Amino acid sequence: MNVKLQPPASAYFITKETESAERRTLSVLVDNEPGVLARVIGLFSGRGYNIESLTVSETEHEKHLSRITIVTSGPPHVLEQIRHQLERIVPVHRVVDLNLTALSKGHDKPIERELALVKVAGTGEKRVEALRLCEAFRGTVIDANTEHFIFEITGRVSKIEQFIAIMAPLGLIEVCRTGVVALSRGAEGMLE
Amino acid sequence: MAEKNGRREAGARQMTGAEMVVQALIDNGVTDIFGYPGGAVLPIYDEIFQQETVRHILVRHEQGAGHMAEGYARSTGRCGVMLVTSGPGATNAVTPLQDALMDSIPLVCIAGQVPTSVIGSDAFQECDTVGVTRPCTKHNWLVRHVDELSEVMHEAFRIATTGRPGPVLVDIPKDIQFATGTYIPPSAARRRTSYQPATRSRADTVREAIELLRNAKKPVIYSGGGVINSGLEASHLLREFVQITDFPITSTLMGLGAYPASGERWLGMLGMHGTYEANMAMHDCDVMLCVGARFDDRITGRLDAFSPHSRKIHVDIDPSSINKIVHVDVPIIGDCGHVLEDMVRLWRAGSADKSRLKPWLEQIDSWKARNCLAYTPNDDVIMPQYAIQRLYELTKDRKTFITTEVGQHQMWAAQFYGFEEPNRWMTSGGLGTMGYGLPAAVGVAAAHPDALVVDIAGDASVQMTMQEISTAIQYDLPVKIFILNNHYMGMVRQWQQLLHGNRLSHSYSEALPDFVKMAEAFGATGIHCAKPDDLDDAITQMIETPGPVIFDCEVANLANCFPMIPSGKAHNEMLLPDEASDDAVSKAIDREGAQLV
Repeated sequence: MNVKLQPPASAYFITKETESAERRTLSVLVDNEPGVLARVIGLFSGRGYNIESLTVSETEHEKHLSRITIVTSGPPHVLEQIRHQLERIVPVHRVVDLNLTALSKGHDKPIERELALVKVAGTGEKRVEALRLCEAFRGTVIDANTEHFIFEITGRVSKIEQFIAIMAPLGLIEVCRTGVVALSRGAEGMLE
Repeated sequence: MAEKNGRREAGARQMTGAEMVVQALIDNGVTDIFGYPGGAVLPIYDEIFQQETVRHILVRHEQGAGHMAEGYARSTGRCGVMLVTSGPGATNAVTPLQDALMDSIPLVCIAGQVPTSVIGSDAFQECDTVGVTRPCTKHNWLVRHVDELSEVMHEAFRIATTGRPGPVLVDIPKDIQFATGTYIPPSAARRRTSYQPATRSRADTVREAIELLRNAKKPVIYSGGGVINSGLEASHLLREFVQITDFPITSTLMGLGAYPASGERWLGMLGMHGTYEANMAMHDCDVMLCVGARFDDRITGRLDAFSPHSRKIHVDIDPSSINKIVHVDVPIIGDCGHVLEDMVRLWRAGSADKSRLKPWLEQIDSWKARNCLAYTPNDDVIMPQYAIQRLYELTKDRKTFITTEVGQHQMWAAQFYGFEEPNRWMTSGGLGTMGYGLPAAVGVAAAHPDALVVDIAGDASVQMTMQEISTAIQYDLPVKIFILNNHYMGMVRQWQQLLHGNRLSHSYSEALPDFVKMAEAFGATGIHCAKPDDLDDAITQMIETPGPVIFDCEVANLANCFPMIPSGKAHNEMLLPDEASDDAVSKAIDREGAQLV
């Protein structure tokens, strides 16, 4: 046997990833039935795909259809696989890569929004500053007493991130975020 | 009985959940199921007891039921069905479910579940069956109301058998089996709109493929299990396509038999233990036509050196297979049979100069002359390759089905047994399940009572599901278990020799049973053979002995399986058997190839 052909100690052929990762927002229309979310999440964890954010809710009650919005990232060929693998799931009706749709229509990216509830506690100058900044970010106060506020703030992910960062030194207690919801621009729906 | 059968003919009507299960099996054309009873499926077993349309084969372990159903499915082209109880019954079904998923075998698993009212309370023999089996099925269901049961059953069969086939599981709580509801026949069942598998391909992609192939100077066809799954007609069309184009053809492990091993353009299997000619043809081709295969890692070798100069056409029914591993130039999504039909028609409509292939076919002949499967014969001990060759010679004129376990014997079977027909070869390809072959053979024998069914086994694998010999005895299924006994987990040892400094960690079978006595203990016949001169008579005796036989064939202990693509290497970097490397290397081997062998 030719000793020069002594291979590396693995039964698998491991190749390095050469393409760089991109961030994408996928819209997934599914039958709202038990286990459907587990199927989608299980696909991502089982195949080693990333989930940066995920939101889900029934959007068409009569047809029992839910819409899942997933923000994921990966190299282009992995993103293509994610889409195809999602389409294999039996209760999945349609998978749309909203970034690709946006590009095909000549837009930069899809419309994306996130909502956050931000609890800030404090007194005096910091409290006034927090309220002032909330107004500047077009947030609303949805709960308050003399020691705290809960702000509701909506916008792009970057805006939410920025607001939370600013609140940190002003008595930030906790944050709850919805994750990204998204639609493509223009008159057409995702099924067209 | 008459009243019962009469009752089963009409449309929607009232019945219990357990009755619905049996009725749905009948309405979906099921005649045989493999199963094991237990608390959570007793109502279904009670219904099975009271009818004669569906034969139930009692197994010894639920894994056996699954592999039997797989063997049954693979050898008939129909859907396999298994029935298990909750908890351990369902968890034991996981291995065959994953096996069927990876090899695209249509399989319906019906599982009992604890009553709805106690689900989630850690009840006796409770398990989150749909949770456990979600990643190893194409789809699964927990039935929550008796009125949805019949439609779920019909949908289960539809999903298992259409598109890319696969396993599905229906989990039925015991209270649903007892409850009475409305049975809806398959014709009236609703079909979910989200599941619409592709069948017909786009005509323009097929035309593009044919144009590429027509101009190819060094084409190769790489076919796979998808051709077998598509049905007999697909195999016929594949043969016809090879015949009219004169293209050389290789196949994956799963695709053996679609094109006959005796065919003029046959290159043998490709991949890690494939032939030199098949792998070299894949490496050097200018156009590759992949039909119903998925560029598995055992096939491609080093990906960045995989067939570097070819344009690739990929025919697959599953869009996710396209560009998953290897980027292809012409993807064709559709059923292999339909696509091949279109290809044959389009090819016939045009013309191609066959003489352009002459240099390529000559090149291939020179690779074939390398005789990559050569081994040193031995008069004193049986070489495992020789055992397969003799088995082939003595069984080839019969209707013979071959199953295997997983390991060296499996690769030798693939290399040395010549498969002439589709559906005659049952092996665990994707998952590589040791213990698959014996129960699969039992399933094949259940479907083909008149055929010769041989499980080519290894001494280690066969012990994993040995108990199913008892099933074969009970139902008089005359399976022949042909054990290539080398006292090792041979493939594990081979890798340890190649990669781990010959440290044979736990790969020696130190306490093997006496297989002849074991056969006798089960009520089967045991045959032992250790001399090459005795082999033919012993094999003949095995074939002619009625009932199950365990054949203990003692083979050369340290023989290894070659040729082989070592990991991290490309198709043209095969490791050939020592004896072949000394041979006068055929002049036609190119410089690059010669350097690398």
